[in-house]
Amino acid sequence: MSEISLAQQKFLLTQKKHRRTVTISRLCIFLCFLGLWEGAARLQLIDSFFFSSPSRVFLCAYNMVLDHSLFAHVGITLFETIMSFFLVLISAIIITIILWFNKKISETLEPYLVILNSLPKSALAPLLIVWLGANYNTIIITGISVAVFGSILSLYTSFQSVDPEKIKLIQTLGGSKYHMLTKVILPASIPSMFSIMKVNIGLCLVGVIIGEFIASRQGLGYLIIYGSQVFKLDWVIMSIVILCLLAWGLYTLLSRLEQRYQNLAN
Amino acid sequence: MLECFRCSTIGKSTLLSLLAGLIEPEHGSILLYGQKLFQKTSGTIGYMLQHDHLFEWRTIEKNVLLGLEIQKKLTPAAQEKVYDMLKTYGLYKFKNARPSQLSGGMRQRAALIRTLALEPELLLLDEPFSALDYQTRLTVGDDIGSIIKKEQKTAILVTHDLSEAVSLGNRVLVLSKRPATIKSVVDISFPDNASPLERRNFPEFKDYFNKIWKELNQDE
Repeated sequence: MSEISLAQQKFLLTQKKHRRTVTISRLCIFLCFLGLWEGAARLQLIDSFFFSSPSRVFLCAYNMVLDHSLFAHVGITLFETIMSFFLVLISAIIITIILWFNKKISETLEPYLVILNSLPKSALAPLLIVWLGANYNTIIITGISVAVFGSILSLYTSFQSVDPEKIKLIQTLGGSKYHMLTKVILPASIPSMFSIMKVNIGLCLVGVIIGEFIASRQGLGYLIIYGSQVFKLDWVIMSIVILCLLAWGLYTLLSRLEQRYQNLAN
Repeated sequence: MLECFRCSTIGKSTLLSLLAGLIEPEHGSILLYGQKLFQKTSGTIGYMLQHDHLFEWRTIEKNVLLGLEIQKKLTPAAQEKVYDMLKTYGLYKFKNARPSQLSGGMRQRAALIRTLALEPELLLLDEPFSALDYQTRLTVGDDIGSIIKKEQKTAILVTHDLSEAVSLGNRVLVLSKRPATIKSVVDISFPDNASPLERRNFPEFKDYFNKIWKELNQDE
C-alpha cells in the first residue's frame, strides 16, 4: 500500500485538482453574488430599502445579536423544527410497524394516507391554529403534519420491499413475526430511514415556518411575515439567509450521521 | 442423504415447506421418527434456502448465531460449539467479516453452520447450490456434502441437477409432475469414503445418471 505507482499518483492529482476547482468555483459564485448585490445597492441601481444589501443584513444581524433577540427567534424555530422532526420519526416508525403487523389495517388506511399525503398541508395550518390555539405546540403539529404521512408511506414501502426469502429464513429458524421485525425488517430499512429523515428535516422546517407565519410572536417565520408587513426588509432577508444556513446545517448533520452508520456497518 | 428430484419447479418447494413445518398440510400428517410434526418443530428440522441470505448488517459470527439468538438458546456452550464449527470449516478468522467480504462458497458454508447451530435432526436443502457458478458449485457441493457427513446428519436435498443428485445422495427420490408423488426410488451406493467429487469418476456414476434420466423422461 505504501508504494503508489506513477499513474496512480497522476490520477490522484487530477482528482485533487478537480475538487479544488469545484470548491473555488462555488466560493466565487457566492462572493460574486454578494459583491454584485452590495455594489448595486451602493450605486443605487437597486433600492436598498426594498432589496436590502449584504452589509445591511449583517448589521441587522449584529444588532439583534447584541440585544439577544436573534437567538430567541432562531432558537424557537430550531426547537420547533427538531421537535417535529423527532416526533415524525418516532410516530412514523410506530405507525408503520402497526400497519406491517396488520394487513387489514394497512389496506383499510392506505387510500386515506395517500389523500392526506397529497393534501397541501398549509391548508390545514389555519384550522389547526383555530383548534389548538396560537402556541408553539400548534406549530410543532403543523411541522409534523407536513412530513408524517409521506414518511409512513415511504417507510411502509421499504418494509414491503424486504426480500421475502429473508423473512422465510427467520421462519425456518423458528422465529416469530416479532423476530422478523427486529432481525430483518428494521435493520434492512435503516438506509431508507436515513433518506426519509433527510427529506423530513426540510419538510419539518417548511411546516414550522408555515405555522409561524400564521400564529406566532416569535421565530424566523414570524420575523419574515412581520418584517414584510412593516417594511423592515432587512429582517426578512436576514431570516431567509439564516433559514438557508439552518437547512444546510441540519442536512449536513444527518448526512454525517448516515456516513457514520455506513462506516460502522462496513 | 436423500435426494428429491424433479425437472420442473412444481411442488417441491411446497413439499419442503410442509416438511419444515412452515405450512400446515390441509389434511393428513407428517411423521418424523414416528412423531407427528407440528408447526413449532423448528429446532428438530433445519432448512437451508436457495440463497445464503446472510445479513449484511451482521458479522459472520452474528449471522451464524442468529438461530440460537431467535430461539433464546444462546448459551456459552452452544456458542462454543458454533465457534468449533467455524474453526473446523475454516471460517473462524472471518468471524468479524461482513458477508460481502466472503466468497460464494464460504457464504454457503456459513449458512450451513447457521442451520447446524440449532442441532437439527433432519436437514432440508432447497437447491442450495443453484445460485453458484458451475465451478464453485462443484467445490461447495463437495464441501457441504462432507460437512453433513461429518456431523452425521440426515439431509433431504432438492435439486434439478442429476449429477448433483448422484454425487451427493444415498437415495434418490424421483418426483412426478403435479401433484408431486414419489415416482421411483433409486438407491445409490458408492465406496464409503468417496467424496462427492470422487464419485463422479466411478463407472457406476453414469449408470445411476442414466437410470434416473430414464425415470424422469418416462412420461414425456
